[in-house]
Amino acid sequence: MIPPDLVEEVVVNILRTAVTTLPSDVVSELQKAEAEESDEIARTQISTILENVRRAGEIAVPMCQDTGIPLFFVSGGCISEIEDAIKRGVVRATEEVPLRPNVVHPLTRRNAGNNLGIEMPHVNYSPGPRDYVDITVMPKGAGSENMSALRMLVPSEGIRGVKSFVLDTVVSAGSRPCPPTIVGVGIGGSSDIAMTLAKKALLRPLNVRNPHAELQALEEELLAAINQTGIGPMGLGGKTTSLGVRIDMAHCHTASLPVAVNLQCWAARKASARIFLDGRVTYSTEGFW
Amino acid sequence: MRIKTPLSEEVVRSLKVGDVVHLDGVVYTGRDEVHMRALDMCDKGEKLPVDLNGAAIYHCGPIMRKKDDSWVLVAAGPTTSARMNSLEPRFIEGFGIRAVIGKGGMSQPTIDAMSKFGCVYLAITGGAAVLAAMGVTKVLGVEWLDLGMPEALWILEAGNLGPLIVGIDAHGDSLFKKVEEEVSRNLPFARRRLGIG
Repeated sequence: MIPPDLVEEVVVNILRTAVTTLPSDVVSELQKAEAEESDEIARTQISTILENVRRAGEIAVPMCQDTGIPLFFVSGGCISEIEDAIKRGVVRATEEVPLRPNVVHPLTRRNAGNNLGIEMPHVNYSPGPRDYVDITVMPKGAGSENMSALRMLVPSEGIRGVKSFVLDTVVSAGSRPCPPTIVGVGIGGSSDIAMTLAKKALLRPLNVRNPHAELQALEEELLAAINQTGIGPMGLGGKTTSLGVRIDMAHCHTASLPVAVNLQCWAARKASARIFLDGRVTYSTEGFW
Repeated sequence: MRIKTPLSEEVVRSLKVGDVVHLDGVVYTGRDEVHMRALDMCDKGEKLPVDLNGAAIYHCGPIMRKKDDSWVLVAAGPTTSARMNSLEPRFIEGFGIRAVIGKGGMSQPTIDAMSKFGCVYLAITGGAAVLAAMGVTKVLGVEWLDLGMPEALWILEAGNLGPLIVGIDAHGDSLFKKVEEEVSRNLPFARRRLGIG
Protein backbone atom coordinates (compact mmCIF):
# COMPACT_ATOMS: atom_id res chain seq x y z
CA MET A 1 0.00 0.00 0.00
CA ILE A 2 1.46 3.34 -1.09
CA PRO A 3 0.99 5.97 1.63
CA PRO A 4 -1.04 9.03 0.47
CA ASP A 5 1.55 11.35 2.08
CA LEU A 6 4.17 9.94 -0.29
CA VAL A 7 1.88 10.60 -3.26
CA GLU A 8 1.41 14.20 -2.09
CA GLU A 9 5.19 14.68 -1.81
CA VAL A 10 5.76 13.14 -5.26
CA VAL A 11 3.10 15.41 -6.80
CA VAL A 12 4.84 18.53 -5.43
CA ASN A 13 8.16 17.21 -6.81
CA ILE A 14 6.90 16.44 -10.32
CA LEU A 15 5.02 19.75 -10.57
CA ARG A 16 8.20 21.60 -9.57
CA THR A 17 10.29 19.63 -12.06
CA ALA A 18 7.74 20.02 -14.85
CA VAL A 19 7.49 23.81 -14.66
CA THR A 20 11.21 24.47 -14.14
CA THR A 21 12.80 21.89 -16.50
CA LEU A 22 12.15 21.21 -20.17
CA PRO A 23 12.41 17.51 -21.15
CA SER A 24 15.72 16.77 -22.89
CA ASP A 25 14.09 15.59 -26.13
CA VAL A 26 12.42 19.01 -26.52
CA VAL A 27 15.63 20.91 -25.68
CA SER A 28 17.52 18.85 -28.23
CA GLU A 29 14.97 19.61 -31.01
CA LEU A 30 15.09 23.32 -30.12
CA GLN A 31 18.89 23.26 -30.38
CA LYS A 32 18.69 21.64 -33.81
CA ALA A 33 16.16 24.28 -34.88
CA GLU A 34 18.40 27.09 -33.63
CA ALA A 35 21.21 25.78 -35.84
CA GLU A 36 18.94 25.43 -38.87
CA GLU A 37 17.18 28.81 -38.77
CA SER A 38 18.83 31.28 -41.14
CA ASP A 39 16.38 34.16 -40.46
CA GLU A 40 17.73 36.39 -37.71
CA ILE A 41 14.43 37.10 -35.95
CA ALA A 42 13.57 33.38 -35.96
CA ARG A 43 16.97 32.38 -34.60
CA THR A 44 16.77 35.06 -31.89
CA GLN A 45 13.39 33.72 -30.76
CA ILE A 46 14.80 30.21 -30.32
CA SER A 47 18.00 31.43 -28.64
CA THR A 48 15.86 33.45 -26.23
CA ILE A 49 13.75 30.37 -25.48
CA LEU A 50 16.83 28.23 -24.80
CA GLU A 51 18.47 30.90 -22.65
CA ASN A 52 15.21 31.29 -20.72
CA VAL A 53 15.03 27.51 -20.12
CA ARG A 54 18.63 27.48 -18.90
CA ARG A 55 18.02 30.35 -16.45
CA ALA A 56 14.77 28.83 -15.19
CA GLY A 57 16.61 25.59 -14.39
CA GLU A 58 19.49 27.41 -12.67
CA ILE A 59 17.32 29.38 -10.28
CA ALA A 60 14.50 26.79 -10.12
CA VAL A 61 11.62 29.08 -11.13
CA PRO A 62 8.88 28.40 -13.70
CA MET A 63 10.16 28.91 -17.26
CA CYS A 64 6.74 30.31 -18.27
CA GLN A 65 4.37 32.33 -16.10
CA ASP A 66 1.49 30.24 -17.45
CA THR A 67 2.02 27.16 -15.34
CA GLY A 68 -1.12 25.74 -16.90
CA ILE A 69 -3.92 23.73 -15.44
CA PRO A 70 -2.98 20.60 -13.52
CA LEU A 71 -3.63 17.59 -15.75
CA PHE A 72 -2.60 14.21 -14.36
CA PHE A 73 -2.24 10.79 -15.96
CA VAL A 74 -2.19 7.93 -13.50
CA SER A 75 -1.57 4.30 -14.39
CA GLY A 76 -0.76 1.10 -12.54
CA GLY A 77 -2.36 -0.06 -9.32
CA CYS A 78 -4.63 2.78 -8.33
CA ILE A 79 -5.28 3.64 -4.72
CA SER A 80 -8.54 5.13 -3.59
CA GLU A 81 -6.99 8.10 -1.77
CA ILE A 82 -4.89 9.17 -4.74
CA GLU A 83 -7.13 11.99 -5.88
CA ASP A 84 -7.14 13.70 -2.48
CA ALA A 85 -3.36 13.29 -2.26
CA ILE A 86 -2.96 14.88 -5.71
CA LYS A 87 -5.17 17.81 -4.66
CA ARG A 88 -3.05 18.40 -1.57
CA GLY A 89 0.09 18.23 -3.72
CA VAL A 90 -1.32 20.80 -6.16
CA VAL A 91 -2.21 23.23 -3.36
CA ARG A 92 1.26 22.88 -1.84
CA ALA A 93 3.03 23.26 -5.21
CA THR A 94 0.99 26.38 -5.98
CA GLU A 95 2.36 27.92 -2.79
CA GLU A 96 5.86 26.44 -2.72
CA VAL A 97 7.11 26.40 -6.35
CA PRO A 98 5.14 28.79 -6.86
CA LEU A 99 2.63 28.06 -9.62
CA ARG A 100 0.28 30.73 -10.94
CA PRO A 101 -3.25 30.16 -9.64
CA ASN A 102 -4.94 29.62 -13.01
CA VAL A 103 -8.07 27.67 -12.16
CA VAL A 104 -11.30 29.71 -12.24
CA HIS A 105 -15.03 28.98 -12.28
CA PRO A 106 -16.00 28.72 -15.97
CA LEU A 107 -18.82 31.26 -15.74
CA THR A 108 -18.26 33.52 -12.74
CA ARG A 109 -14.46 33.46 -13.46
CA ARG A 110 -13.86 33.46 -9.70
CA ASN A 111 -10.32 32.33 -8.81
CA ALA A 112 -9.95 30.39 -5.55
CA GLY A 113 -6.21 31.04 -5.67
CA ASN A 114 -5.07 27.45 -5.11
CA ASN A 115 -5.59 25.76 -8.50
CA LEU A 116 -8.46 23.64 -7.16
CA GLY A 117 -11.97 23.55 -8.54
CA ILE A 118 -14.65 21.26 -9.89
CA GLU A 119 -12.80 18.43 -11.71
CA MET A 120 -9.52 20.29 -11.15
CA PRO A 121 -6.90 18.89 -10.89
CA HIS A 122 -8.06 16.52 -13.58
CA VAL A 123 -6.94 12.90 -13.30
CA ASN A 124 -6.95 10.38 -16.18
CA TYR A 125 -6.72 6.77 -15.00
CA SER A 126 -5.52 3.69 -16.82
CA PRO A 127 -5.39 0.55 -14.73
CA GLY A 128 -2.13 -1.43 -14.95
CA PRO A 129 0.22 -3.68 -12.97
CA ARG A 130 -0.43 -3.61 -9.23
CA ASP A 131 3.18 -3.34 -8.06
CA TYR A 132 3.62 0.37 -8.84
CA VAL A 133 1.76 3.60 -9.69
CA ASP A 134 2.92 5.95 -12.45
CA ILE A 135 1.92 9.60 -12.08
CA THR A 136 2.55 12.05 -14.91
CA VAL A 137 1.69 15.71 -14.72
CA MET A 138 1.27 17.87 -17.81
CA PRO A 139 0.77 21.52 -16.83
CA LYS A 140 -0.98 22.68 -19.98
CA GLY A 141 -0.91 26.38 -20.83
CA ALA A 142 -3.93 28.08 -22.36
CA GLY A 143 -2.26 29.73 -25.35
CA SER A 144 -1.81 26.40 -27.09
CA GLU A 145 -4.82 24.64 -25.51
CA ASN A 146 -7.16 27.36 -26.85
CA MET A 147 -6.18 26.34 -30.39
CA SER A 148 -7.58 22.78 -29.99
CA ALA A 149 -9.90 21.61 -32.74
CA LEU A 150 -12.16 18.67 -33.49
CA ARG A 151 -13.67 17.63 -36.80
CA MET A 152 -16.06 14.75 -37.37
CA LEU A 153 -15.00 13.82 -40.90
CA VAL A 154 -17.09 11.55 -43.07
CA PRO A 155 -15.28 8.29 -43.87
CA SER A 156 -15.02 9.16 -47.58
CA GLU A 157 -12.74 12.10 -46.69
CA GLY A 158 -10.23 9.53 -45.40
CA ILE A 159 -6.55 10.23 -44.86
CA ARG A 160 -6.70 13.25 -47.17
CA GLY A 161 -9.30 14.80 -44.90
CA VAL A 162 -7.15 14.09 -41.85
CA LYS A 163 -4.06 15.71 -43.39
CA SER A 164 -6.02 18.71 -44.54
CA PHE A 165 -7.63 19.27 -41.13
CA VAL A 166 -4.32 19.03 -39.24
CA LEU A 167 -2.56 21.44 -41.61
CA ASP A 168 -5.47 23.92 -41.60
CA THR A 169 -5.64 23.85 -37.79
CA VAL A 170 -1.93 24.66 -37.47
CA VAL A 171 -2.19 27.44 -40.07
CA SER A 172 -5.25 29.06 -38.52
CA ALA A 173 -3.63 28.89 -35.05
CA GLY A 174 -0.67 30.79 -36.54
CA SER A 175 1.34 32.69 -33.94
CA ARG A 176 -1.07 32.14 -31.07
CA PRO A 177 0.01 28.74 -29.60
CA CYS A 178 3.64 29.91 -29.05
CA PRO A 179 5.36 28.05 -31.90
CA PRO A 180 7.48 26.05 -32.37
CA THR A 181 4.71 23.72 -31.26
CA ILE A 182 4.26 19.99 -30.92
CA VAL A 183 1.13 18.86 -32.73
CA GLY A 184 -0.93 16.17 -30.97
CA VAL A 185 -3.39 14.35 -33.20
CA GLY A 186 -6.07 11.81 -32.28
CA ILE A 187 -7.71 9.81 -35.04
CA GLY A 188 -10.77 7.62 -34.54
CA GLY A 189 -12.75 6.61 -31.47
CA SER A 190 -15.53 9.11 -30.81
CA SER A 191 -15.39 12.89 -30.38
CA ASP A 192 -14.20 12.73 -26.77
CA ILE A 193 -11.86 9.79 -27.38
CA ALA A 194 -10.18 11.57 -30.32
CA MET A 195 -9.50 14.62 -28.13
CA THR A 196 -8.08 12.50 -25.31
CA LEU A 197 -5.88 10.63 -27.80
CA ALA A 198 -4.59 13.92 -29.19
CA LYS A 199 -3.60 15.06 -25.72
CA LYS A 200 -2.10 11.72 -24.66
CA ALA A 201 -0.13 11.58 -27.92
CA LEU A 202 1.81 14.60 -26.64
CA LEU A 203 3.17 12.50 -23.79
CA ARG A 204 5.36 10.46 -26.18
CA PRO A 205 8.84 12.02 -26.34
CA LEU A 206 10.07 13.41 -29.66
CA ASN A 207 12.73 10.70 -29.91
CA VAL A 208 10.37 7.75 -29.42
CA ARG A 209 8.96 6.37 -32.67
CA ASN A 210 5.28 5.70 -33.22
CA PRO A 211 4.60 1.96 -32.77
CA HIS A 212 2.39 2.04 -35.90
CA ALA A 213 4.53 2.36 -39.05
CA GLU A 214 1.77 4.11 -41.01
CA LEU A 215 1.33 6.72 -38.27
CA GLN A 216 5.11 7.24 -38.03
CA ALA A 217 5.16 8.00 -41.77
CA LEU A 218 2.17 10.33 -41.43
CA GLU A 219 3.84 12.20 -38.55
CA GLU A 220 6.96 12.82 -40.65
CA GLU A 221 4.98 13.88 -43.70
CA LEU A 222 2.80 16.30 -41.73
CA LEU A 223 5.80 17.79 -39.91
CA ALA A 224 7.56 18.54 -43.21
CA ALA A 225 4.43 20.18 -44.62
CA ILE A 226 3.80 22.24 -41.44
CA ASN A 227 7.38 23.51 -41.46
CA GLN A 228 6.99 24.50 -45.09
CA THR A 229 4.29 27.06 -44.17
CA GLY A 230 6.81 29.59 -42.83
CA ILE A 231 4.84 30.54 -39.68
CA GLY A 232 8.07 30.12 -37.72
CA PRO A 233 8.97 30.66 -34.06
CA MET A 234 6.36 32.91 -32.38
CA GLY A 235 4.69 33.39 -35.76
CA LEU A 236 7.41 35.84 -36.77
CA GLY A 237 8.41 33.74 -39.79
CA GLY A 238 10.99 30.98 -40.21
CA LYS A 239 11.53 27.27 -40.83
CA THR A 240 10.54 25.97 -37.40
CA THR A 241 6.78 26.03 -36.90
CA SER A 242 6.65 22.65 -35.15
CA LEU A 243 9.16 20.38 -33.46
CA GLY A 244 7.13 17.23 -33.98
CA VAL A 245 3.77 15.66 -34.78
CA ARG A 246 2.49 12.92 -32.44
CA ILE A 247 -0.46 10.78 -33.53
CA ASP A 248 -2.51 8.21 -31.63
CA MET A 249 -5.50 6.29 -32.95
CA ALA A 250 -8.45 4.17 -31.93
CA HIS A 251 -10.90 2.09 -33.92
CA CYS A 252 -14.15 3.90 -34.57
CA HIS A 253 -17.73 3.52 -35.83
CA THR A 254 -18.05 2.45 -39.46
CA ALA A 255 -19.87 5.72 -40.19
CA SER A 256 -17.35 8.01 -38.38
CA LEU A 257 -13.89 9.44 -38.79
CA PRO A 258 -13.25 11.76 -35.84
CA VAL A 259 -9.99 13.71 -35.87
CA ALA A 260 -8.77 15.95 -33.07
CA VAL A 261 -5.80 18.30 -32.81
CA ASN A 262 -4.29 19.39 -29.50
CA LEU A 263 -1.44 21.86 -29.85
CA GLN A 264 1.41 22.07 -27.37
CA CYS A 265 3.54 25.22 -27.05
CA TRP A 266 7.36 24.94 -27.10
CA ALA A 267 7.21 24.78 -23.29
CA ALA A 268 6.17 21.13 -23.50
CA ARG A 269 6.34 20.60 -19.79
CA LYS A 270 5.73 17.28 -18.13
CA ALA A 271 7.22 15.11 -15.44
CA SER A 272 6.58 11.60 -14.22
CA ALA A 273 7.20 9.48 -11.17
CA ARG A 274 6.93 5.73 -10.63
CA ILE A 275 6.09 4.88 -7.04
CA PHE A 276 6.75 1.28 -5.99
CA LEU A 277 4.91 -0.53 -3.23
CA ASP A 278 8.00 -0.46 -1.00
CA GLY A 279 8.10 3.36 -1.21
CA ARG A 280 10.89 3.67 -3.78
CA VAL A 281 10.32 6.47 -6.33
CA THR A 282 11.88 6.89 -9.79
CA TYR A 283 11.52 10.27 -11.54
CA SER A 284 11.69 11.16 -15.24
CA THR A 285 10.78 14.14 -17.42
CA GLU A 286 10.37 11.90 -20.46
CA GLY A 287 8.05 9.37 -18.81
CA PHE A 288 8.55 5.58 -18.81
CA TRP A 289 8.70 4.14 -22.30
CA MET B 1 17.29 51.56 -29.00
CA ARG B 2 16.02 52.49 -25.51
CA ILE B 3 12.57 54.01 -25.05
CA LYS B 4 10.97 55.23 -21.83
CA THR B 5 7.38 55.54 -20.63
CA PRO B 6 5.32 57.71 -20.68
CA LEU B 7 5.86 57.59 -24.44
CA SER B 8 5.31 60.55 -26.70
CA GLU B 9 3.49 60.25 -30.03
CA GLU B 10 6.67 61.46 -31.74
CA VAL B 11 8.82 58.60 -30.36
CA VAL B 12 6.13 56.04 -31.18
CA ARG B 13 5.71 57.34 -34.75
CA SER B 14 9.48 57.08 -35.30
CA LEU B 15 9.43 53.29 -34.83
CA LYS B 16 9.17 50.90 -37.80
CA VAL B 17 8.20 47.26 -38.05
CA GLY B 18 11.22 45.04 -37.33
CA ASP B 19 12.99 47.62 -35.08
CA VAL B 20 14.32 46.21 -31.83
CA VAL B 21 13.81 48.26 -28.66
CA HIS B 22 14.34 47.99 -24.90
CA LEU B 23 11.87 49.65 -22.56
CA ASP B 24 12.29 51.57 -19.30
CA GLY B 25 9.68 53.12 -17.02
CA VAL B 26 6.28 52.15 -15.70
CA VAL B 27 4.45 49.26 -17.41
CA TYR B 28 0.89 48.18 -16.57
CA THR B 29 -0.21 44.56 -17.01
CA GLY B 30 -3.63 44.10 -18.50
CA ARG B 31 -5.35 41.16 -20.10
CA ASP B 32 -8.98 40.16 -20.68
CA GLU B 33 -10.47 41.23 -17.34
CA VAL B 34 -8.54 44.51 -17.02
CA HIS B 35 -9.61 45.50 -20.51
CA MET B 36 -13.25 44.65 -19.80
CA ARG B 37 -13.40 46.41 -16.43
CA ALA B 38 -11.55 49.52 -17.64
CA LEU B 39 -13.80 49.88 -20.70
CA ASP B 40 -16.86 49.34 -18.56
CA MET B 41 -15.73 52.11 -16.17
CA CYS B 42 -14.99 54.36 -19.15
CA ASP B 43 -18.53 53.79 -20.46
CA LYS B 44 -19.94 54.75 -17.06
CA GLY B 45 -17.75 57.86 -16.89
CA GLU B 46 -15.77 56.54 -13.91
CA LYS B 47 -12.09 57.29 -13.34
CA LEU B 48 -9.46 54.52 -13.49
CA PRO B 49 -7.09 54.06 -10.52
CA VAL B 50 -4.11 54.64 -12.86
CA ASP B 51 -3.30 57.16 -15.60
CA LEU B 52 -2.76 55.31 -18.85
CA ASN B 53 -1.91 58.35 -20.97
CA GLY B 54 1.30 57.53 -22.87
CA ALA B 55 1.47 54.22 -21.05
CA ALA B 56 2.65 50.76 -22.08
CA ILE B 57 0.16 47.96 -21.48
CA TYR B 58 1.66 44.50 -21.11
CA HIS B 59 -0.52 41.49 -22.01
CA CYS B 60 0.79 39.50 -19.10
CA GLY B 61 -0.49 37.57 -16.11
CA PRO B 62 2.57 37.28 -13.89
CA ILE B 63 3.45 34.89 -11.09
CA MET B 64 3.92 36.97 -7.95
CA ARG B 65 5.07 35.89 -4.54
CA LYS B 66 4.07 37.88 -1.45
CA LYS B 67 7.04 38.59 0.80
CA ASP B 68 6.15 40.39 4.02
CA ASP B 69 4.06 43.29 2.75
CA SER B 70 5.45 43.58 -0.74
CA TRP B 71 5.20 41.60 -3.96
CA VAL B 72 8.12 39.88 -5.67
CA LEU B 73 7.89 39.08 -9.37
CA VAL B 74 8.72 35.44 -10.20
CA ALA B 75 7.83 35.08 -13.88
CA ALA B 76 6.29 37.49 -16.37
CA GLY B 77 6.11 36.37 -19.99
CA PRO B 78 3.42 37.58 -22.41
CA THR B 79 -0.01 36.07 -22.97
CA THR B 80 -1.75 35.68 -26.37
CA SER B 81 -2.63 39.21 -27.50
CA ALA B 82 -5.29 38.04 -29.97
CA ARG B 83 -7.71 37.44 -27.08
CA MET B 84 -7.87 41.22 -26.67
CA ASN B 85 -8.53 41.83 -30.41
CA SER B 86 -12.09 43.00 -29.90
CA LEU B 87 -11.21 45.26 -26.94
CA GLU B 88 -7.89 46.90 -27.85
CA PRO B 89 -9.03 49.51 -30.41
CA ARG B 90 -11.38 51.12 -27.86
CA PHE B 91 -8.67 50.80 -25.20
CA ILE B 92 -6.14 52.66 -27.37
CA GLU B 93 -8.63 55.37 -28.25
CA GLY B 94 -10.16 55.74 -24.79
CA PHE B 95 -7.01 55.81 -22.62
CA GLY B 96 -4.26 57.11 -24.91
CA ILE B 97 -1.89 54.21 -24.47
CA ARG B 98 1.20 54.35 -26.72
CA ALA B 99 2.51 50.75 -26.58
CA VAL B 100 1.04 47.28 -26.30
CA ILE B 101 3.48 44.53 -25.32
CA GLY B 102 2.46 40.96 -26.05
CA LYS B 103 2.89 37.93 -28.26
CA GLY B 104 1.35 36.76 -31.49
CA GLY B 105 0.20 40.12 -32.89
CA MET B 106 -3.28 41.62 -33.22
CA SER B 107 -5.96 41.94 -35.87
CA GLN B 108 -6.73 44.70 -38.40
CA PRO B 109 -8.96 46.93 -36.20
CA THR B 110 -6.08 47.22 -33.70
CA ILE B 111 -3.57 47.87 -36.50
CA ASP B 112 -5.88 50.65 -37.72
CA ALA B 113 -6.30 52.13 -34.22
CA MET B 114 -2.51 52.10 -33.70
CA SER B 115 -2.01 53.98 -36.92
CA LYS B 116 -4.81 56.47 -36.20
CA PHE B 117 -3.96 57.30 -32.58
CA GLY B 118 -0.18 56.64 -32.52
CA CYS B 119 0.54 53.38 -30.75
CA VAL B 120 2.89 50.42 -31.39
CA TYR B 121 2.79 46.69 -30.73
CA LEU B 122 5.96 45.31 -29.20
CA ALA B 123 6.47 41.55 -29.47
CA ILE B 124 8.26 39.73 -26.66
CA THR B 125 9.17 36.04 -26.87
CA GLY B 126 6.27 33.91 -25.64
CA GLY B 127 7.02 31.71 -22.66
CA ALA B 128 10.34 33.41 -21.92
CA ALA B 129 9.06 34.45 -18.52
CA VAL B 130 12.31 34.37 -16.57
CA LEU B 131 14.15 36.65 -19.00
CA ALA B 132 11.14 38.99 -19.07
CA ALA B 133 11.10 39.13 -15.26
CA MET B 134 14.77 40.16 -15.37
CA GLY B 135 13.60 43.26 -17.30
CA VAL B 136 11.40 44.32 -14.38
CA THR B 137 13.22 46.05 -11.55
CA LYS B 138 10.33 46.55 -9.14
CA VAL B 139 6.68 45.82 -8.48
CA LEU B 140 5.24 49.28 -7.79
CA GLY B 141 1.76 48.12 -6.86
CA VAL B 142 -1.39 46.29 -7.81
CA GLU B 143 -5.00 47.25 -8.48
CA TRP B 144 -8.05 45.04 -8.90
CA LEU B 145 -6.53 42.02 -7.17
CA ASP B 146 -10.09 40.70 -6.80
CA LEU B 147 -9.73 39.60 -10.44
CA GLY B 148 -7.15 37.03 -9.32
CA MET B 149 -3.36 37.07 -9.67
CA PRO B 150 -3.19 36.55 -13.46
CA GLU B 151 -5.93 39.06 -14.32
CA ALA B 152 -5.09 41.85 -11.86
CA LEU B 153 -3.62 45.20 -12.94
CA TRP B 154 0.02 45.05 -11.85
CA ILE B 155 2.12 48.19 -11.91
CA LEU B 156 5.71 47.34 -12.80
CA GLU B 157 8.92 49.31 -13.18
CA ALA B 158 10.73 48.12 -16.30
CA GLY B 159 14.50 48.37 -16.60
CA ASN B 160 15.85 47.47 -20.04
CA LEU B 161 12.86 45.17 -20.73
CA GLY B 162 13.52 43.40 -24.03
CA PRO B 163 14.52 42.74 -26.68
CA LEU B 164 11.10 43.83 -27.96
CA ILE B 165 10.46 43.62 -31.69
CA VAL B 166 8.18 46.26 -33.22
CA GLY B 167 5.53 43.90 -34.59
CA ILE B 168 2.95 46.55 -35.55
CA ASP B 169 4.03 50.15 -36.09
CA ALA B 170 2.02 53.37 -36.04
CA HIS B 171 1.96 53.51 -39.85
CA GLY B 172 -0.27 50.49 -40.50
CA ASP B 173 2.51 47.93 -41.01
CA SER B 174 2.42 44.54 -39.29
CA LEU B 175 5.20 41.96 -39.24
CA PHE B 176 2.57 39.29 -38.47
CA LYS B 177 0.51 40.27 -41.49
CA LYS B 178 3.59 39.93 -43.69
CA VAL B 179 4.21 36.45 -42.32
CA GLU B 180 0.54 35.53 -42.87
CA GLU B 181 0.83 36.60 -46.51
CA GLU B 182 4.00 34.49 -46.85
CA VAL B 183 2.15 31.52 -45.28
CA SER B 184 -0.69 31.92 -47.82
CA ARG B 185 1.87 31.78 -50.61
CA ASN B 186 3.55 28.68 -49.12
CA LEU B 187 0.36 26.79 -48.30
CA PRO B 188 -0.30 25.37 -51.80
CA PHE B 189 3.21 23.86 -51.79
CA ALA B 190 2.68 22.34 -48.35
CA ARG B 191 -0.64 20.88 -49.51
CA ARG B 192 0.97 19.45 -52.63
CA ARG B 193 3.61 17.75 -50.46
CA LEU B 194 0.77 16.01 -48.62
CA GLY B 195 -0.89 14.98 -51.84
CA ILE B 196 -3.94 17.15 -51.11
CA GLY B 197 -3.08 20.08 -53.40
